[in-house]
Amino acid sequence: MLRKVTAAAAALVVSTTLAPLSTVVAAEVNPAVVFDMGGKFDKSFNEGVFNGVERFKKETGVEYREFEVTNETQREQALRRMAQRGANPVIGVGFAQAPALEKVAKEFPKTRFAIIDAVVDLPNVRSIVFKEHEGSFLVGMIAALKSETGKVGFVGGMDIPLIRKFACGYEQGAKYVSKDTEVVQNMTGTTPAAWNDPTRGSELAKSQFDRGVDVIYAAAGGTGVGVYQTAEDSGKLAIGVDSNQNYLHPGTMLTSMLKRVDVAAYKAFKDAHDDNWTSGIQVLGLAQDGVGWALDEYNKDLITNEMRAKVDQAAADIVAGVIDVHDYMASDSCSY
Amino acid sequence: MSTAPVKIPRWVDVGLIPVINIALAFLVSGVILFAIDVHPLEAVEIILYGAFGYDEALGYTLYYTTNFVFTGLAVAVAFHASLFNIGGEGQAYIGGLGVGLGILALDPYLPFIVILPLAILLSAAFGAAWAAIPAYLQAYRGSHIVITTIMFNFIAAALMVYLMVNVLIQPGSMSPESREFAEAGHLPFMHEVFGWFGVKVTPSPLNLSVVWAAICCLLVWVFIWHTRWGYEIRTVGANETAAVYAGIDPKKVIMLAMCVSGALAGFVGINEVMGVHHRLLLNFTAGYGFTGIAVALMGRNHPVGIVLASLLFGMLYQGGAELAFEEPKVTREMVVTIQGLVILFSGALAYMMKGPVERTYVRIVGMTQRPAAQEG
Amino acid sequence: MAEETHIAAGQAAAPAIKLRHINKAFGAVQANRDVCLTVVPGTIHGIIGENGAGKSTLMSILYGFYEADSGEILIGGKPTPIRTSRDAIDAGIGMVHQHFMLVDTMSVVENIMLGAESGAILTSSVAKARAELERLERDYNLDVDPDALAGELPVGQQQRVEILKALYRGADILILDEPTGVLTPQETDQLFRILDSLRKQGVTVVLITHKLREIMAITDHVSVMRGGEMVADRVTAATSKEELAELMVGRKVLLSVDKQAPRVGDTVLSVEDLTYVDRAGVARVDHVSFQVRAGEVVGIAGVSGNGQSELLELLSGIRPMTAGQVDVLGERFSAARPLDPAAMRALQVAHVPEDRLRMGLVRTFEAEESAILGYHRDPAYNRGLFMNGEAIRSDCAKKMADFDVRPQAPALKTANFSGGNQQKIVLARELSRGPRLLLVGQPTRGVDIGAIEFIHKNLIAMRDAGSAVLLVSVELEEIMSISDRILVMFEGRIVGEVPAAQADERLLGLMMANAATEEEALATHPGLPGAIAVEPE
Repeated sequence: MLRKVTAAAAALVVSTTLAPLSTVVAAEVNPAVVFDMGGKFDKSFNEGVFNGVERFKKETGVEYREFEVTNETQREQALRRMAQRGANPVIGVGFAQAPALEKVAKEFPKTRFAIIDAVVDLPNVRSIVFKEHEGSFLVGMIAALKSETGKVGFVGGMDIPLIRKFACGYEQGAKYVSKDTEVVQNMTGTTPAAWNDPTRGSELAKSQFDRGVDVIYAAAGGTGVGVYQTAEDSGKLAIGVDSNQNYLHPGTMLTSMLKRVDVAAYKAFKDAHDDNWTSGIQVLGLAQDGVGWALDEYNKDLITNEMRAKVDQAAADIVAGVIDVHDYMASDSCSY
Repeated sequence: MSTAPVKIPRWVDVGLIPVINIALAFLVSGVILFAIDVHPLEAVEIILYGAFGYDEALGYTLYYTTNFVFTGLAVAVAFHASLFNIGGEGQAYIGGLGVGLGILALDPYLPFIVILPLAILLSAAFGAAWAAIPAYLQAYRGSHIVITTIMFNFIAAALMVYLMVNVLIQPGSMSPESREFAEAGHLPFMHEVFGWFGVKVTPSPLNLSVVWAAICCLLVWVFIWHTRWGYEIRTVGANETAAVYAGIDPKKVIMLAMCVSGALAGFVGINEVMGVHHRLLLNFTAGYGFTGIAVALMGRNHPVGIVLASLLFGMLYQGGAELAFEEPKVTREMVVTIQGLVILFSGALAYMMKGPVERTYVRIVGMTQRPAAQEG
Repeated sequence: MAEETHIAAGQAAAPAIKLRHINKAFGAVQANRDVCLTVVPGTIHGIIGENGAGKSTLMSILYGFYEADSGEILIGGKPTPIRTSRDAIDAGIGMVHQHFMLVDTMSVVENIMLGAESGAILTSSVAKARAELERLERDYNLDVDPDALAGELPVGQQQRVEILKALYRGADILILDEPTGVLTPQETDQLFRILDSLRKQGVTVVLITHKLREIMAITDHVSVMRGGEMVADRVTAATSKEELAELMVGRKVLLSVDKQAPRVGDTVLSVEDLTYVDRAGVARVDHVSFQVRAGEVVGIAGVSGNGQSELLELLSGIRPMTAGQVDVLGERFSAARPLDPAAMRALQVAHVPEDRLRMGLVRTFEAEESAILGYHRDPAYNRGLFMNGEAIRSDCAKKMADFDVRPQAPALKTANFSGGNQQKIVLARELSRGPRLLLVGQPTRGVDIGAIEFIHKNLIAMRDAGSAVLLVSVELEEIMSISDRILVMFEGRIVGEVPAAQADERLLGLMMANAATEEEALATHPGLPGAIAVEPE
């Protein structure tokens, strides 16, 4: 029985990898995505990927396989099962999947893998990472420019280096506007529950507002919902994260720091589909439109032209290398 | 003034009632599946095949089973002293920390054969130490063990996050994980072990911990039923007044039972950290400590029952994942719901069916025995 | 209902209760076999039998806890199926259980109307209940304060509340299950006066007991059960204790213990000013001093709850003493150097605890495991790290044979043995090591007559073999027949000492109730020694 299954899987792998030779326009793809523990409806990171692959499905009509992991060990299992079933390419969502994906990618050298938010240095893996610090820098500037009190706030989710990277970029942006800008920072917690604790988010926001903060940037997944709501209730401002969350509370959401994981996921599938696949590391920063800030009909009244000009100038300077935004994870410290 | 109680044979209590409970859980799950247009029988087939149908699946099932055996035994040992140890999760977490710290410190210098016993000792010592604090608070300060062990789960999680994020994280790493252990710190996978004997088995996370789990079952059985310490634990659990009468110090017994319990929970660290991930990371306990409570309840606190209950939960974890994989309509929340129903029926409501089943049994036996009695 | 019972005596009244051919089996055990019973209205009918004879099962069937497998129940001459206790109450049957079923935190009135409230709003039914309660108290001479909290009443009064509860529900048939187990002799007499007045009012009383004295004192008729069957019905006036005992046990029984004069040796236990103050600050044992010498039995009499239990637990090391000192076999213990159970066992002090199920045994253990409780660290039961299962089993089997434990099944769960056999397991464990000091509490509580005889013989044998025996019992008969000296405890103090030869129930009863000082006792019983147990050695 076992032999039969693996043989069938092998046959599938072979057939799919050979496929590009026989097609010219669109490669035969059997895409798959393994969501991480947050689940595909986390209103944030995983959901961004979900939106990207859904867009791919809508545009091409190609179905994809998906799986949501529930524990550490399932990551490797799910990735392997996808590869065995002949899925190609396979997207692993989140840095936590990197070790598992590295292992499985070695076992299936002919299957193409993509990993978001981490680097796996293998010939069949596309690694997509973002310069969140650059995007955070810009929204930090916007916060400082908008603030009347000179105090801006940051609410992080779980206290991990990645979130400190957001915080560090934000702080740099705020201080770039004025050295005297005070940045109040809080992490929601130290367990994964911190990604989904709106009540705590609300409490932290309240206490920051009480300390004179009038804009809060929340990089905290579902916890952010509580921050935004409190900002609206207190008549203060908030900044969203990952996807464009401006629409949630028009008039309160100053902007959102965009991290285009949806584009990254979409492109991974699309490139394979169009036979344009490339492996290797893709670092998506401002220059690549991988990060940015959101301006739409919901927040256009909050952003003055002057602010916009300053931020656009800074963005250009970052792209040009005139401004160097320090990456927390490069030194494990926020010294710039 | 005693009246002879109706004797309910043991198989009704340990066999029939758990089976009925599981059947009920599956029945309710079946209705849910039916409601979302998934054929319940097909779902069962997928779960069974996905859990036992081929060697990789079996590997995963047994890998989960290993964790449940450790945590189930942990809960059971404490339960024999009438202590409800809700802290298996935290003890497993800290046990894993012990394993991780030990291997990180030693793997450049020592060979596997030396590291293995040290790792087992460390996981036991760390798990036991984490259980010893609530045990001390219960025995000498009267704080309820349920409350303190729950609190210690949170403290363990917070401590682990602090250590992983600030101390043990591999420099330059994206996620809070330690460096990977050197080869000497890897517990061999079972597929590797089979490989040594020329048997080819598909890789799975199943590792030599499963053997240790089996040994632990035996050790727990001997400890609880065939040593004077087990005797004292059971005496305190069954009748603390009688224990005092017998010159047994319940405080010491509480400490002993909880330390053994914590040590057993700590062995999850051997399976996860040394056996599967080969690095220290966050959340490797994944709720196994809590599931251990249901396992122990269903297994009636006996190693044999715990092995069977662990297999059931291993099957649900692995087969459930396969179900989510195969049936797009079945989300992982649905799988968690099914697992939850089994826990609900076999754990929380374990005694719901006891009355009706025993009455029915008595009625049936009564009917078959009455003619005989009248003849006599 | 009540009218029926008042039909002229000449006309044969329908029996209050008639049971016909009742059968009830639990699995393989036939608890009641073809039981017939007729209870004449307006009489007190005793049902007597050993433990497991089927008395309780029969009454449970009558009160609707169990349904009979076959047979018929007639109440007042009418066939009355009784499936639930509600049916029984409707048929006018009330039951007073051995263990009271009162809510301690409720007043007497509230307890009485509990389960018989009318409507959701209590105010009106409380008023009604109070009026009815006052009528019942008047009619039956049952004096209880309606507003007292049940938990604060003395035991005898709690029992009256139980009786009132049954009457309030309209009972004209009252079943009392071992009602005197918790009462002093004086309280027992009061209860009997109440039962007598109930009888005069036409209430039918069924009294379940294993005490022959009570049967002889109060009943009109007596039925004897043995092995699930009804073996005899007697008019009480026409039978004797000896005949009833023989019917119960199925053989001749020695009701008094045959014993020689004690050969007293050295002092084994010497207690001086032993005091125990509980958490509430009450001195439960209050400056108690006495001695026990090898080869004698010292009995401690007293109404339950006057410190005897605490005294035993202090001496066995279970409770820490507050003050005083205890010398046991040359070792001196005090508050600074407390006794502990393991150390006492090492000194060859054995302890048969008062409440075997709470303390002496572990119900869920196999008998062989219960039979090593306290001695489980003994090398004889261990082989290195492990327990020696074979040694434990053969040791238990031997003890079971020596002490006639039935069934002789070391692997059977402790809970599955009858009370008497459980007690024999405890005795076997404690006695078979030939202790130098034996502390015994309530050795025959809930034990049937045959076993009582056996246990008493064994205790005397221990004494004759040179053990010092300290016996605590609330059964005066037992204290008087076993002891060589009797100490009486009241409110934590020893209020007097009486040599067994000079003790009688009335004197001891008065001392137990502290109604007689020692001087008064001396006045009525000249010849008692003056002081308390301080005899020169």
